[in-house]
Amino acid sequence: MMFIEWLLAFVQALLYVALAPLLVGWIRTLKARLQNRRGPSVLQSYRDLYKLFAKEARMAHSASLLFRAAPYIVFVATWLAAAAVPFVTTSLPTAAMADVIVIAGLLALARFFLALAAMDVGTAFGGMGASREMFVSALAEPAMLMAVFTLAMTAHSTNLASMMDYQLFNDPVLRPSYMFALAGLVLVAVAETGRIPIDNPATHLELTMIHEAMILEYSGRHLALMEWAAQLKLLLYGVLLANVFSPTGIATTTDPGALGLALVVVMFKLALLGVALAISETVLAKMRLFRAPAFLNLALLLTLLGLLSHVILEVGV
Amino acid sequence: MSLGELPFLQQLTLVLAAVVLFTSFALLEQARLVAAIHAFAWQGLLVAMVTAIVAASGGYPHLFFSAALTLGLKVLLIPWMLHRLVHRLQLDRHREPLRRPALITMAALALVIFSYWLVLPLVQQELLFTRNIVAVSLAVVLIGLLMMVIRAQAVVQVLGFMSIENGLFLAAVSATGGMPLVVELGVAFDVLVAMVLFGVFFFQISESIDSLDVDRLNSLTERAEEES
Repeated sequence: MMFIEWLLAFVQALLYVALAPLLVGWIRTLKARLQNRRGPSVLQSYRDLYKLFAKEARMAHSASLLFRAAPYIVFVATWLAAAAVPFVTTSLPTAAMADVIVIAGLLALARFFLALAAMDVGTAFGGMGASREMFVSALAEPAMLMAVFTLAMTAHSTNLASMMDYQLFNDPVLRPSYMFALAGLVLVAVAETGRIPIDNPATHLELTMIHEAMILEYSGRHLALMEWAAQLKLLLYGVLLANVFSPTGIATTTDPGALGLALVVVMFKLALLGVALAISETVLAKMRLFRAPAFLNLALLLTLLGLLSHVILEVGV
Repeated sequence: MSLGELPFLQQLTLVLAAVVLFTSFALLEQARLVAAIHAFAWQGLLVAMVTAIVAASGGYPHLFFSAALTLGLKVLLIPWMLHRLVHRLQLDRHREPLRRPALITMAALALVIFSYWLVLPLVQQELLFTRNIVAVSLAVVLIGLLMMVIRAQAVVQVLGFMSIENGLFLAAVSATGGMPLVVELGVAFDVLVAMVLFGVFFFQISESIDSLDVDRLNSLTERAEEES
């Protein structure tokens, strides 16, 4: 039994890696359709990764060992963080490490090495991208932690699996704090995964790029790993939003039928989130970088209001 | 009693009250005049919805009338009048960004915590189901005051004043099942008259100092003193 559970945990982790490019491909296709283009196939992001892995990896002369190791560290840290988020079932041995603070820490580790690698070669763009990434993430992190604390105050745990179980095994309740935390976390997710209006994933324009500026020096398999890690991060945030705020459908056992259903439900939820993201990216324009603090202040305000409304409106009742 | 044991309508009231608080923040931080007027209209709509729900769930039929009054006056009539004023004063595209948005947000959050602390003794003496909305409405009142203190633009100050009225109305509805109808009609009439007077004042101010920035009123007198 124990062996099967660990096997399932491994399969779940592999599912993350396998499905991450699909989500990005889905969003790209939707965006193309919304812009009256036919766009590439949904599977194009897999082909891109395959192409990059087949290519030779070139390295700048001034690159150090850090530059060579960073793609692996970034990918593994992001993958580990993703694997901890319950995807189809909450009753896995990995659920014990599905603590939100651990996940935030792993993502911070990945970001740290990404920024170091960006500065390693010593090009202007790398340093600029790294400083911008740190600027955005320093503002996004407090909001993310506040959102997590808001949820944790209701479920009395920072463990994601317990939070989901709490919602699944209690009667559905309208909670103002969840609403605020959801809104805040959506803004944080947009900023952290480098989507419009903070960063545009589809451009290499010098003045605006953040993530693209950091990985400008990479090529071949290193670039593929960096891209894949970014896709994993998007999927991670998608699953976080979909499963923590509406865990309906997620399996609480390791029963094959329930697992299959959970997979279908979570794919459906992610597809809906993809539609929402594609629409918002089509409607909104990218903000100036110096407007980012206002955007993330709004996220922090929302999550703080969530925390306060939990204390004021929910506890005293 | 835990949140889950409350009836659905009362849970909805709590959610709406929380959103009223959020609209107060939105009003406080809004740089554009037209957007601020819209935020105020949304706040009025939410207050009207809370009133209607309390009327339906608590069995106070006269509150339906108050809800309709709020809807007509604060969601439709006053925002419309303000829109027309702003249009006639050619301030449609006027922007007045806050000087220190983060600091002001923190001050407003401190006011929310302060009003919670103030209402805590009330909560401990088992009152009505909606008692904890009193803290929210007190916070709306205080944020309205803060808005009148920190914003220099006359139209925004009026919006702050009106949102204070929203807060008081919310407190009355949630704590005591609304005020007597005569009082409510009187307050509604007062607000309307105040709005008309404000309109006249706007024109007077903008004619005499070519702006609705109230801070300029101070600098004019100081300059006059310097010259004399």
